[in-house]
Amino acid sequence: MRVGTVVRGILLGLGAFAFLFPFYYMVIGSLQREPDQTVAGAFPHPANLTFANYATINDRVNLLGSMANSGIFAGAVIVGTVVFGALAGYALAILAWRGRGAVFALALLVQVVPFQLLMVPLYVMIARNYGLADNYLGIILPFVINSTAVIIFRQYFLQLPRAIFEAARIDGASEWQVLTRVALPLIRPALVTVVLITFIGPWNEFLWPFLVTKRADMQPLAVSLANYISNVANSTANPFGALLAGAVVLAAPVVVLFIAFQRYFVASDLSTGVKE
Amino acid sequence: MTSAVAPAATTGTRPVSEHQRHRRRQGVLGWLFSAPYLVYVAVIFAYPLGFAIYMSLYDYFFTAPGVNVVRPFLGVRNYTRALTDPAVQRAFLNVGEFLLINVPLTVVLSLVLATLLNQVVHARAFLRVSYYLPYLTASVAVVGVWLFLFSGSGLVNQLLGPLAPNPSWLVNERLAMPSIALFVTWKQLGFYILLYLAALQNVGKELYEAAATDGATWWQSFWNVTVPGVRSATVLVLLLSTIVGANLFTEPYLLTGGGGPNGASASPVLVMYQQGIEQGKPGYAAAIGVLLVAFTLIIAWLQNRFGSERG
Repeated sequence: MRVGTVVRGILLGLGAFAFLFPFYYMVIGSLQREPDQTVAGAFPHPANLTFANYATINDRVNLLGSMANSGIFAGAVIVGTVVFGALAGYALAILAWRGRGAVFALALLVQVVPFQLLMVPLYVMIARNYGLADNYLGIILPFVINSTAVIIFRQYFLQLPRAIFEAARIDGASEWQVLTRVALPLIRPALVTVVLITFIGPWNEFLWPFLVTKRADMQPLAVSLANYISNVANSTANPFGALLAGAVVLAAPVVVLFIAFQRYFVASDLSTGVKE
Repeated sequence: MTSAVAPAATTGTRPVSEHQRHRRRQGVLGWLFSAPYLVYVAVIFAYPLGFAIYMSLYDYFFTAPGVNVVRPFLGVRNYTRALTDPAVQRAFLNVGEFLLINVPLTVVLSLVLATLLNQVVHARAFLRVSYYLPYLTASVAVVGVWLFLFSGSGLVNQLLGPLAPNPSWLVNERLAMPSIALFVTWKQLGFYILLYLAALQNVGKELYEAAATDGATWWQSFWNVTVPGVRSATVLVLLLSTIVGANLFTEPYLLTGGGGPNGASASPVLVMYQQGIEQGKPGYAAAIGVLLVAFTLIIAWLQNRFGSERG
């Protein structure tokens, strides 16, 4: 049994190393004055440390502007999801109405519709027919309500005792008041979960904003960094340093949020969309 | 939506019981509260889905907004062209190669790591966080590190020394697709580990105890208790990793510089992007998309059939 424990520890440790090392290496690489890809280069050398790469990438892609675009994109999706997703989740969990089973099935179905099939018609509709290329609305629209969030909201509302709703209604509260004054305050943890997972999607999203933004000042950070990787990197003295500095800036908010709020990332929530 | 609720709302004049009125109000509010979401699903999913199929039957060239032109109807010609296009065939074979590496590796590694993780007490939270981190981080950011690690003079080749492949990983026609498959396995594994971890909570403790009293080794109880116990999760992992693989775009676009070398790592979605948007043939791209979804559904159906049967 002791041997088993040791082997288990070694395997799990190896796994953790394989998952974490690239993140460590991202930070180290972003701080190197001269790119040092030798084994010794994986350890920090005081003589080779610099923040210059962050200045370089900022010259090339305007980090603050791109982050603001990512923030607007993610923020709008969070607002849309929290407002309309909570409404739909409440209707699915608490209200008795014909069609609610069908709507719930729809919310599950939507999650398995592959984006690659929608990509071309959505591009034609949004960028060509409605002229929303290089427009925040065009970037946001396809993501504005996160279906996983609808299902998480429903799940949490279902867990609340029915008696609370009956009592509030008998006291003369309208359904809107029951939702905003009674139900929502009771599911605050779900709200945190929804905000976190909804934030990550648009913040990391590359394909869609890449398709609909050509102007550099409209691009979210993931898109401008990708353009730097595929076009501009060769014209920089230390291309890897600048690239990794950009990668650190793109990854940091999500990593920090995840570590700070990790108890809100529950596996059952993340897989509810497909599990039922 | 309003037409569906109107009759219920206007018949309130008849004397009805408090209970009935309450139910009717809920019926109206149910549709009302779901209306924004339903509109969203209709505009962003249902309509484009139909539009994709419609478009795939036409030579759907781009025009200025508002201009009305007649686009030639092609019938299935976009489909026959796609099926005989060497670039498309190559892309489908590439994604097949990707799936053959990525899917088994994902299932085995995530189940083994989840099982081990389920048995430890110490450092569980730390391990969970570290396994999950790549899944949550933007592909664009982690692609950057992989480019650094797997470049010609990168750390991986430095460690391999004389064993380093030449040409290097991402510019090697034979290794480009396996490298991408490895990257995606690494990036997605945390999600599947958590999925298995949740499934493992439902495997009866008494089964393990029974196995232990029968003198089963770790391997025997893993193979005879754990593996059958999480079968439904395995079918889900197969399904999801296949869908993720079929959706492959960012990695061949960035990691191997647009599906290089020589199209060796081009994916169907990358070809769709090149044909539909760069070259202005959205009808042709939509046909490739429909074919891709059809192939994905066939694979998913086979997985579901054989995954659930053997039990």
